Amino acid sequence: MHIVVCIKQVPDSAQIRVHPVTNTIMRQGVPTIINPYDLFSLEEALRLRDKFGGKVTVLTMGPPMADTSLRKALSMGADAAVLLSDRCFAGSDTLATSYALASAIAKITETEPVGMVFCGKQTIDGDTAQVGPGIAKRLELNQLTYVERIDAVDETARKITVERRAEGGVQVLSTSLPCLITMLEGTNVVRRGTMEDMLRAARTEIPMWSAAKAGITDTALCGLKGSPTVVKKVFAPPPRKEKAKQIDVTGKTADDIAAATLNALFAADARLEETLFRQAGH
Amino acid sequence: MTEAKPAPAAAPARGKMKVELSDHFKTYKDVWVFIELERGQVHPVSWELLGEGRKLANKLGVELAGVVMGAPGDSADAAVAGAYEYGADLVYTIQDPLLADYRNEPFARGMTDLVNTYKPEILLLGATTLGRDLAGTVATTLKTGLTADCTEMAIDDDRSMGATRPTFGGSLLCTIYTLNVRPQMATIRPRVMSMPDREAGRTGRLVVHSLGMQEDSIVTKILNYIPDASKEDAHLAYADVVVAGGMGLGKPENFKLVKELASVLGAEYGGSRPLVQKGWIESARQIGQTGKTIRPRLYIAAGISGAIQHRVGVEGADMILAINTDPNAPIFDFAHQGIVGDALTVLPALTETFRRHLAQKRAAE
Amino acid sequence: MEKFDAIVVGAGPSGNAASYTLAKAGLKVLQVERGEYSGSKNVQGAILYAKSLEKIIPNFREDAPLERHIVEQRLWMMDDKSHCGTHYRSDAFNEELPNRYTIIRAQFDKWFNRQVQEAGALVVCETTVTELARDASGKVIGIKTDRDDQIVYADVVIMADGVNSLVGQRSGLRKEIKPEHAALAVKEMHFLPREVLEQRFNVKDNEGVAIEALGTVTMGLMGTAFLYTNGESLSVGIGCLVSDFRDHGTSPYVMLERFKKHPSIAPLIEGSEVKEYAAHLIPEGGFNAIPKVHGDGWLIVGDSGQFVNAMHREGSNLAMETGRMAAETVIALKTEGKAPTEANLARYRKALEDSFVMKDLKKYRKLPEIVHKNRQFFTTYPELMSKAAETWFRVDGVDKLQKEKEIFRTFRNGRTLRGLIGDAVKIARAWR
Repeated sequence: MHIVVCIKQVPDSAQIRVHPVTNTIMRQGVPTIINPYDLFSLEEALRLRDKFGGKVTVLTMGPPMADTSLRKALSMGADAAVLLSDRCFAGSDTLATSYALASAIAKITETEPVGMVFCGKQTIDGDTAQVGPGIAKRLELNQLTYVERIDAVDETARKITVERRAEGGVQVLSTSLPCLITMLEGTNVVRRGTMEDMLRAARTEIPMWSAAKAGITDTALCGLKGSPTVVKKVFAPPPRKEKAKQIDVTGKTADDIAAATLNALFAADARLEETLFRQAGH
Repeated sequence: MTEAKPAPAAAPARGKMKVELSDHFKTYKDVWVFIELERGQVHPVSWELLGEGRKLANKLGVELAGVVMGAPGDSADAAVAGAYEYGADLVYTIQDPLLADYRNEPFARGMTDLVNTYKPEILLLGATTLGRDLAGTVATTLKTGLTADCTEMAIDDDRSMGATRPTFGGSLLCTIYTLNVRPQMATIRPRVMSMPDREAGRTGRLVVHSLGMQEDSIVTKILNYIPDASKEDAHLAYADVVVAGGMGLGKPENFKLVKELASVLGAEYGGSRPLVQKGWIESARQIGQTGKTIRPRLYIAAGISGAIQHRVGVEGADMILAINTDPNAPIFDFAHQGIVGDALTVLPALTETFRRHLAQKRAAE
Repeated sequence: MEKFDAIVVGAGPSGNAASYTLAKAGLKVLQVERGEYSGSKNVQGAILYAKSLEKIIPNFREDAPLERHIVEQRLWMMDDKSHCGTHYRSDAFNEELPNRYTIIRAQFDKWFNRQVQEAGALVVCETTVTELARDASGKVIGIKTDRDDQIVYADVVIMADGVNSLVGQRSGLRKEIKPEHAALAVKEMHFLPREVLEQRFNVKDNEGVAIEALGTVTMGLMGTAFLYTNGESLSVGIGCLVSDFRDHGTSPYVMLERFKKHPSIAPLIEGSEVKEYAAHLIPEGGFNAIPKVHGDGWLIVGDSGQFVNAMHREGSNLAMETGRMAAETVIALKTEGKAPTEANLARYRKALEDSFVMKDLKKYRKLPEIVHKNRQFFTTYPELMSKAAETWFRVDGVDKLQKEKEIFRTFRNGRTLRGLIGDAVKIARAWR
């Protein structure tokens, strides 16, 4: 089976910086990583390939430099990679992103039919969880989000059974291929490639597809033009008028500080003590 | 929907982008809230959204509607009644045995049908696994804008909705508009909005719509549903007292100090995102924008610096007590009480002092 | 497993220089880097010496991420309240091909490594070389990594794995660096709006300023502090010998805070936001600490070989020079059809000795030891200088002759005449 895994190169949010003066994001020097949620999907796809044979293609939309993330996915064991990169994609919101990715997957399918598409649950920079469902809708793939476990895949009957996380429980769902899956985090541990994998990944030519190459004829559906949403304002949240009242800690023991804290809490909120008492009761 | 937006060079650069709505979309009116009914229960986030939807509808001078989809029966009726009591003027409902459990296909079809038929200008859904699964499909089908995980919504003079959400991993906030398509869709996470008062006996109009699907035409089947065995973390979002730790704890072993204080206070415990990423605590215990949003009476944050992504998850707390060694840590900007000190020494002292204090009070009762 | 003409361990300036030179000459090169990518371990600002890079990539200015070219150099001696020293600023530094630039290493290294890849070298990151593989004769035949047990073969392995050179140590090529041969430097990035920065440092366009300082700020420890201007940020840091930190029980963080609070520095960084913080080791043992740099099938370049001129704060240029020279040695042997035996690779050592690299290091070979034993250069002298300047410039009715006498007396009281003469001799010896 041919599986496509969509990944995104994201700034490592742990190291993201906001310009103190202009309040804009400083991308300079912020390392990029593969969106961590995508790795669970990649690993699951690799496991299916190892079990059933076939091929895993990783796909990303991004600037030319995003090839480093694809190469990393290759070094983890993916067989092929496609970089979707075109100026007309700049400023895409999730609707335009899902259009571009779906177009590329449709193009891949023309030569090598795709049985499954994997996406991350969401990205750590956008946190929207919308691109996966968007791709599923556009390609009419059966949508399986928040999958905890793939129970069974029957390639001949083109059936799949999965366990999907719902609120308060797990749904066991069966559906037909082709389907789109987003894996829940923590469901597997992504593998580390061998030296052989590393060399292969370093050597692989990664094709860069323009919009036209991905079969997109109407660029009005791409990028800013194809995005119904627009970000009008980016800002740091206004600071609260008052900063925290500080408990005096100079020269105090931890016990003194704790006692002073309780006094301050109960003085600020008279009903808090009662709440705590009730709480601690059970 | 901000996924791939580049950071604007200067913050307000796009402010002038206004687009006249087409005549078609000008007919879109009213604010809708999707009432999430799963396994007989309405998710509380739906009531929270009705409270918020009420404000938007009032500002716009339109009606507030609930959308109830489910199998016919008592629970669907209760959901409809609940929607009125929490502020809906009318309820659109599709009741069909095919909707007994959530599946993307029939729910997305039903929702899309309703929107195309009754034309709301705003559609709000809870950012739950169900709401997000559904919203993405519906928005893509309708080719409209969807803003995920909003923390604030406001109506502009031109009647458009500005949806504010954290962006760039929670280091900034951004306000997003859906320019020339309707409805304007948004998802909001549980507990971000406060629970409105319930007005018992309040009622409204009911609009019944049919699904028009056959089971045969739905590819995805539900084979089983396994309820979670333990729900120990399920209360975090709704807890009255929460104690949480961050990287300031230094080592995973030190997290027990958080648990000990929580135990003395009968509180829930949680942690910041890095702790989850490092595997110190399970992801269900994550507090913040991408974890749980909480609104407790008392929130104690130990060794948490207070990045925006954390801040938006805890701002609803009545009282925030922050413990951090760095007097300039951003958490002191939004905490109510602060202790500049090492959580490793302050936490045990607090635990002991609370223990003693509560024991004394108990003895005095 | 396959065989390469050369394997380069590490992707800092020396490793990139070596890999690029080898790949450009058409050799089959594998470069192995421990970090997530080249530069990932190095988030800080630094100085780039253009000449050394020009020899490798002549047109690097076209697209390398450069912050500012330096038009002004300040050397400061500081006591707790003041600084005195020299400023040299020249419009001559506003030349078409400027000589020194400030850079941000994370970006620069990443760029350099891209050039390496485009030149045709295979680059493998997030992979730690665990040991060198040897044949029965002890000749190095390749590497082993932490990914699996496979040996990746190569005719020659170039060790560019940095100051600690764990591979070099593990493979017995060199010993662990001595605490008195390494400086621990801590750096911060302070962000300022471009206009504020340019106003504050009296520069425009891409002009930049470098400040090097020594004095009581290091609290008697052997070390220096610095401040460089980047495009929209300042690199501020301080470094002292590891052995000194150990012996004095103080920490580099404390010292950096002192430096930042100094009345001469505080106004320069005021209102800036600290965004990054990093610490790293610099080999400062000088000439006498340089290990054996070649052997049967291996070469050592850059920090791994202790190629740092502590006196002139040059490191990255020596890294690039040694990387290039090692590569050129390998290329020459390959062209001549000669094996990279210890004897043949001795050409590398010869090339080093014929170049400014070894000449400079040799010139200052006594410096580390002399300065090490004479802490007055970091404490007494800055204070004396400051006192002298203060006396000289303060107009208070005391006649100038009196002032001269007082200054001389202060010096003599501070250091004794014998001490003063001795120090002068020491400096002269260190310089030679």
